[in-house]
Amino acid sequence: MTLPWSRVAIYTVLVLFALVYLMPIYVLLVTGLKSFQEVRLEQMWDLPSALRFDSFREAYNSLDSNLANSFKMVVPATIASCMLGSINGYILTKWRFPGSDLIFFLLLFGMFIPYQSILIPLVKTLQQLHVYGSLWGLVITHVIYGIPITTLIFRNYYANIPTELVEAAKIDGASIFKIYTKIIFPLSLPGFVVVAIWQFTSIWNDFLFAVTVTSNPGIQPATVALNNMAGSFIVEWNVQMAGALIAALPTLIVYIVLGRFFVRGLMAGALRG
Amino acid sequence: MNSSGHRLARRLTSERAVAIALIVPSAVAVAVFVYGFIAWSAVVSVSEWDTVRPDYTYVGLDNFRDLFNNFRFQIDIRNTVVFTVLFVGACLGIGFALASLLDRHVRGEGLFRSIYLFPMAVSFIVTGVVWRWLLAPRAGVNILPEKVGAGSIDYGWYTDPTVLYVHADTRLGEALHSVGLGFLANPNYGVPLAITSVVIAATWQMSGFVMVMYLAGLRAIPDELRDAARVDGASEAQILRHISVPLLRPVTLSAMIILGHQSLKIFDLVISMTRRGPGFATDVPGLFMYETTFQGNHFSHGAAVSILMLLAVSVLVIPYLFWSLRREARL
Repeated sequence: MTLPWSRVAIYTVLVLFALVYLMPIYVLLVTGLKSFQEVRLEQMWDLPSALRFDSFREAYNSLDSNLANSFKMVVPATIASCMLGSINGYILTKWRFPGSDLIFFLLLFGMFIPYQSILIPLVKTLQQLHVYGSLWGLVITHVIYGIPITTLIFRNYYANIPTELVEAAKIDGASIFKIYTKIIFPLSLPGFVVVAIWQFTSIWNDFLFAVTVTSNPGIQPATVALNNMAGSFIVEWNVQMAGALIAALPTLIVYIVLGRFFVRGLMAGALRG
Repeated sequence: MNSSGHRLARRLTSERAVAIALIVPSAVAVAVFVYGFIAWSAVVSVSEWDTVRPDYTYVGLDNFRDLFNNFRFQIDIRNTVVFTVLFVGACLGIGFALASLLDRHVRGEGLFRSIYLFPMAVSFIVTGVVWRWLLAPRAGVNILPEKVGAGSIDYGWYTDPTVLYVHADTRLGEALHSVGLGFLANPNYGVPLAITSVVIAATWQMSGFVMVMYLAGLRAIPDELRDAARVDGASEAQILRHISVPLLRPVTLSAMIILGHQSLKIFDLVISMTRRGPGFATDVPGLFMYETTFQGNHFSHGAAVSILMLLAVSVLVIPYLFWSLRREARL
């Protein structure tokens, strides 16, 4: 039996940590809800005296086109990533061939490399393909560098679909495409959700590719615009904070609504210790 | 083999060709964009390309030599080591503590878990902007005690230029000198205090992830094992030490590799939160590479930094990949 006071201690520690983790959200919210008259740094922790959305409005006005850019980039890139990952995962689990494990290993390493080490050639290549500085350039980039993680998640997912099912269909004369559309794809929904959430979140949150591939402010995604905002001395801190919350909102909503799939993606990314 | 068997075998061979054809686009894309580009960067790193105009004249390892003689890069190496140790240590400690508390049949476990984990869903840029203001010298955390009637804190956080190091004229410094380690009594082997602010922000973002990994690991330990120990009179602390911690070693290793390789690559958080910091106190190779290459047009030096970053990550990750794939094959 555990003593009651030890239970109290456990809950106290857990609640204290929860408060620390939520602290930034609290500050973001109260800052965004205040009027411009109330947003002095010394009053950072105070609740607003009246609900005004001054900072949110101003932040949204300067970020709206960048948010639109982020969506225009994230949606096609996520869809393409899911399709590629699903096909690769299917082949690497159900149609293994000599060398398929090596291919998988070589793909996996691509997940861990510091992208700095491919950045100069990437910029030069995108320039030559005439997609440098465009959202399509970013979409291509995200889809290609997303191949390792999406393949990994789908491979782990498909490994749980009994191979006998596929082998039986092969003997019955089903083609590789038929097995995919009739057996694999219908069972894939959770896998697609996990991969879609993973790619949506990481592409939305990406900064390094966004800042190096798009130099024109008109097509920059939200993360780059937010960073520019934070680096400028003209933009007030409260607007920066409100902008941070707005830029974080899409992925936060996904996390709140589909949290358990998000966790599964995380664990897949951790390669199952 | 009968004729239908032959037909099946022939058909499967052609299907296998289709299978390979389906994976070719991805394989080629990764071969070119990962491996080809790495090779290309390596070529740039040993070239003379130091302006906007590409120049692939071979200069050997000159760029690397320049880097190791570069004051800023030396500081970056120090910062990366300090950041990695503090960040990985803090995440493992907090992640493990939270997981072992949550594992003790806590009410509202799901809610606590969601709260600890949500920062993972946010970009490093957002984290950087928020923590820059939370740790601003005359705001945020420093004025929080005023709200409960205490005095405000007077601490500069990421603006503090202090570097803790062993001074040569102290007893410890002299001791180091007498064993031939006198060179360590130097700020280049010290701990820049400003970087702890970045560590706090990064830990806020990543410790929940470690918590989830440990929690999954704890749940995978059979209850009978711990129950048997309890029957034998072991305390909860003893169970933690002699059963949970040893069995969680693979989780710890995975978490260390993942966090460690992240801290070697860190860039977004630093650029949005502190940039170089006072006396390069929060500068990191990722930022150095970005500024050198895309703002300074010193492409060959930028490429050299990136190749060193890649080598550091590879040393960490490649053995881990072998290890985890072998483990998987055994299961």
